[in-house]
Amino acid sequence: MDFVVSQLLTGLSLSSILLLVALGLAIIYGVTGVINLAHGEFVMLGAYCAWLLQTQLGWGLLPSLIPIFVAVALLGLAVEYLVIRHLYDRPLDTILATWGLGVMAQQIVRLLAGGELRYVQMPAALSGSVNILGATDSAYRLFVLAVALGLFALTWYVYRHTSIGLQLRAITQNRQIASSFGINAGRAYRLTFAYGAGIAGLAGALISPLKSVSPEMGTGYVVDAFMVVVVGGVQSLFGTVVSSGLLGELTGALAYLSNDTIAKALVLAAVVVIIRFRPQGLFTPRIRA
Amino acid sequence: MKNDRRTFIKHAAAAGAFTAAGFPHIWSKNASLAYAQSGQIKVGVLFSLTGTTAIIEESLNKATIMAIEEINAAGGINGLKIVPVVEDPASDPATFAEKARKLVLSDKCVSVFGSYTSASRKAVLPVFERQANLFFYPTLYEGRECSKNVIYTGAVPNQQQDDFVPWLVEKFGKRWYMIGSNYIYPKEENNYCKKLLKSLGAEVIAEEYVPLGHSEFSSVINKFRSEKPNVIFSTVVGDSVVALHRQYRAAGLDPATMPMASLTTSENEVAAMGGDAAAGHFTSAPYFMVHESPENRRFVEAYRKRWGADKVTHFVSESSYFQVHLFKQAVAKLKAGDINPLTIREALKGEQFQAPQGLVKVEPENLHCWLHPKIGQCQSDGQFKILKQSANWLEPNPYSAYPNQKCTAEGLKEI
Repeated sequence: MDFVVSQLLTGLSLSSILLLVALGLAIIYGVTGVINLAHGEFVMLGAYCAWLLQTQLGWGLLPSLIPIFVAVALLGLAVEYLVIRHLYDRPLDTILATWGLGVMAQQIVRLLAGGELRYVQMPAALSGSVNILGATDSAYRLFVLAVALGLFALTWYVYRHTSIGLQLRAITQNRQIASSFGINAGRAYRLTFAYGAGIAGLAGALISPLKSVSPEMGTGYVVDAFMVVVVGGVQSLFGTVVSSGLLGELTGALAYLSNDTIAKALVLAAVVVIIRFRPQGLFTPRIRA
Repeated sequence: MKNDRRTFIKHAAAAGAFTAAGFPHIWSKNASLAYAQSGQIKVGVLFSLTGTTAIIEESLNKATIMAIEEINAAGGINGLKIVPVVEDPASDPATFAEKARKLVLSDKCVSVFGSYTSASRKAVLPVFERQANLFFYPTLYEGRECSKNVIYTGAVPNQQQDDFVPWLVEKFGKRWYMIGSNYIYPKEENNYCKKLLKSLGAEVIAEEYVPLGHSEFSSVINKFRSEKPNVIFSTVVGDSVVALHRQYRAAGLDPATMPMASLTTSENEVAAMGGDAAAGHFTSAPYFMVHESPENRRFVEAYRKRWGADKVTHFVSESSYFQVHLFKQAVAKLKAGDINPLTIREALKGEQFQAPQGLVKVEPENLHCWLHPKIGQCQSDGQFKILKQSANWLEPNPYSAYPNQKCTAEGLKEI
């Protein structure tokens, strides 16, 4: 029994990491339509920020989180301003441009910080394990789960219940008409991009104590993030949560029953089957077009 | 008479440069004249300085260069200066093959030191076999290879496991969980380990492989919890090692009752994961940085002086270092006119060198090295504590998991 519980918790932990990584991408993709292949590099930069603050200034992970969010969000803002905004009507070019940015970010980090693998110390208060219904789970993993859900709730609230959220929804449906009603679409896009990048940075900082930090670490996460977004439905925040939950639990269970190699293959196969029969993803917002 | 023939060949080669360029392998056997020229002898140094495995291969490059500089500073080999030709194969097996071809054919290196992964070794192998050149490979590897053009200075499975596995069974118990990265090296190591465990009456409760670069071990850790193995035999490599150790620790498992036993976790990996995550786990290797010997004290001191006080030495950098010295001793036995890859190989057979780990010897039959296996337990300061050293050096047997095959000087034999 406790193994069922601990396996469910493991699935939730996997889901929370997927959600953290995919949330930023889902927002950027959903609102601006930009396929941001440099998303994984924002995750990587967040992890390196955590490492830098820890090794240079001696900051623990928890107090570093907000500065990291701000730093990576500002970087996202700059990237949007300098590159992305010139390419909004050229989706193929944005793919190429963001991919190029990603490669540059990897190499710059390699030059500045070196190619060695790095690690970030787990906060001492969270490094123990907790008992839940007879199952033990790492306190830190539960903390990551809580932060992921909190961030989702915040994003959801902003999107559904604030005026900027209303503007975003309007732009998402039809940019031209929204603009004709006086909504500054350029500004909304820029803020969205910055927010998405900041969340990616936060994701990187949060996973850094569990994984290794290296210049190439982002490549794997961008694949996971796209998988989640595509399965969940491109413009649905709710879909992102459900699909990260689904894929996380599925990966965890399959890895427990067989092994991680088979789990990875089967999950990818399942994704292929899902988008074969529901190319729009599991959830689609009902919009009158 | 002999000299006349040489001069003739030289002229003929020059005259036939057109043909020679087209069919270099025809001439490779007579090219010995060119190997020791104007007081110099050229060797290739082929470690990735960029790409995914650059992290570790850079340290191998540094150890090799340091050994060459040491030898040159002490007067070279009978007055011949070693000139290293450094190439960067960028962690890519195809580039490895291309650069090896360049080092052998156009740079006319007499030997090449290089490569870390088995994939890159397999990629360069045909070049050295076809051109009758000599390759020095410093990494521990899975064995099951019997090339006559490679000197293997890293450990093979029997050298890392013969002491290690029985020691762990006695100390911790008979239920073993095997976890490895999904490629040939972990599978071959596990093949041999299973054989040893069977003879000790121990059982393998699971044998599992994760994709290369995998970084999420929570399901695996749940299985550790439910299966409660006595020993986790880990052949996970690269950044996965870091993730596995850090997540094992985050999950609150205890190395005192369920230790991980690894063949690949060196000081280098421990530096990447932090001493706290590695503390308490075990590694078997012929060399640890803390090993007490005058040779090792000199080696560590020189390495840190040359490359930085924060640098660590580890068992692959140590073999990268001593294999250059073995090369030097072999060349020193030859007359300048006789130096070529095959005479160096013959001179290397049975050659001994007092390495940082202890006295090592090239086995004449299979060209692997006699080494001194040690068992180390990682401490929270990132260094190992050596708990056991084998009393004698251990013979290399690259076919230890395959009792009906044997690597001999004549090649692989079926018994």
